[in-house]
Amino acid sequence: MKITVEQVEYVARLSRLKLSEEEKLRFTDQLDSILRYMEKLNELDTTGVVPTFQVIPEVNVLREDLVQRPFSREEIMGNAPSSEEGYYKVPRVI
Amino acid sequence: MKEVLRLGILELKEAYRRRELNPIEVTEAYLQWIKEIDPVIEAYITLDEEGALKAAEEAARRFHEGEASYLTGIPLAVKDNICTKGLLTTCASRILSNFVPPYDATVVERLRRQGAIILGKTNLDEFAMGSSTENSAFKLTRNPWDLKRTPGGSSGGSAAAVSAWECVVSLGSDTGGSIRQPAAFCGVVGLKPTYGRVSRYGLVAFASSLDQIGPLARSVEDCALLFEAISGHDPKDSTSLPIPQEEGLLEGIRGDPKGLRIGIPKEYFVQGLDEEVKERVLDLAALLEGLGLHVEEISLPHTEYAVATYYIICTSEASSNLARYDGVKYGLRVEGKDLMDMYMETRSKGFGPEVKRRIMLGTFALSAGYYDQYYYKASQVRTLIKRDFEQAFERCDLILTPTSPTPAFLLGEKVEDPLQMYLSDIFTIPANLAGLPALSIPCGLSKDGLPIGAQLIGRPCDERTILKVARAYQEASGLKLYPPVLDRLDSKR
Repeated sequence: MKITVEQVEYVARLSRLKLSEEEKLRFTDQLDSILRYMEKLNELDTTGVVPTFQVIPEVNVLREDLVQRPFSREEIMGNAPSSEEGYYKVPRVI
Repeated sequence: MKEVLRLGILELKEAYRRRELNPIEVTEAYLQWIKEIDPVIEAYITLDEEGALKAAEEAARRFHEGEASYLTGIPLAVKDNICTKGLLTTCASRILSNFVPPYDATVVERLRRQGAIILGKTNLDEFAMGSSTENSAFKLTRNPWDLKRTPGGSSGGSAAAVSAWECVVSLGSDTGGSIRQPAAFCGVVGLKPTYGRVSRYGLVAFASSLDQIGPLARSVEDCALLFEAISGHDPKDSTSLPIPQEEGLLEGIRGDPKGLRIGIPKEYFVQGLDEEVKERVLDLAALLEGLGLHVEEISLPHTEYAVATYYIICTSEASSNLARYDGVKYGLRVEGKDLMDMYMETRSKGFGPEVKRRIMLGTFALSAGYYDQYYYKASQVRTLIKRDFEQAFERCDLILTPTSPTPAFLLGEKVEDPLQMYLSDIFTIPANLAGLPALSIPCGLSKDGLPIGAQLIGRPCDERTILKVARAYQEASGLKLYPPVLDRLDSKR
């Protein structure tokens, strides 16, 4: 399978990235050669092999529902690029 | 000054206890040397002089009151993707260039509680994505053994800082070799613990099923002591194993390793492996045999699929983890004509080329129509790679391999060819995919005077056996590596 510029544009859009024309061409070439290398996995028959998403036993981790000191609003919002009266400010949506 | 910087954790502790040295003068000696040598090495992104001296005073008080532990008064460095309360944590990315965490990572909290001194935050490939530290948005770190060469990556700053005596020990993170490969390139010891053995709370996420924090040090003992200090269950990390902190590791690794079985996988000694690297690693094996360990050839048949598997899984996880950088809650914001445009402008200007490449690869591998072919398939092959190790550990106690196929490569040598850069991680990636503990230890120099590293991989949660064999090798070989850049210390009082 050959990766096309259109596919790169589609994936960039999904990734919320804007690419320059030069970046589009470079990423098309690079993604193509990397994905071609990854096709190596098709040499293996993995029918019926259970996938490993996580190497430790996957169990729900529960804890007592205890009251703890939360971060203050000021601590959390201190890094926000823009905020007002305890709210994050973003460009107008509606 | 040279005599002070040369000391390891145990020697410093003894000197503090006898009042021959105090943490304040040692911290001052490190700060002075860093100011002199770091303009050449560029290991640190942020130096925290004020915080370090304050911690040193506190450590001095503790020694005075007799409540010191191993790490009290030990000046160390922390990779800049590990959160430090009130201290800039950038991940070497423009998108986090102004991020000051409101909390400490669990590992940092544990170090502070012990009275360790954080000198500063070290350089890395942006978001730990890379094998040369060249993907940092801020600076190029140089290998103390040869300033034209890379220190490795992504924990290149942490490895170079330890190697050039700019700290006693440091913390790195390892997703596909990011502690072990730079340790090998810079001639220091580096340990990637078992997945889940060290809390990831406060480690900025790259690939959550693979990331692990670990120590870098100039000796196996220092490596063990730092690992012990940060190990153990943390309720704040749901993937943290329910096992308490290590205890008595220093005594535990001093035992005789005689009788242990070392497996050497034949798949790691194939084309592309530098001849000198091969010789040094086999010399190490011969020395272990001389100490009474059994060495035998084993097979890990799916090794050749590890790189493809890893780069599908880690990019998929990264594309999801990095979705949080949207210019709203923290970090950089670049204004746009509407909300979507603001997101896209922020991410496009905030991320460097390698991070964009990985986000795109991961997004592709997870996208409709390709998920089964890439992500699901890779997760199945991950099972096969994990099984290879399970079968090997029925026959041996440890696995010995080279850490990297070559010694440190030149700055600029691979940065234009991402696939070649990815392939350089071939020997370190399998331990991450299988969640196993693995350590890199220096085992000699090449004829060009570059350090070579050997890797020991162990069973889950058996860091102790790895450290024991590494320590026995360190003692028997008598190997002590001093990078040429330290010559500049000789002129210092």
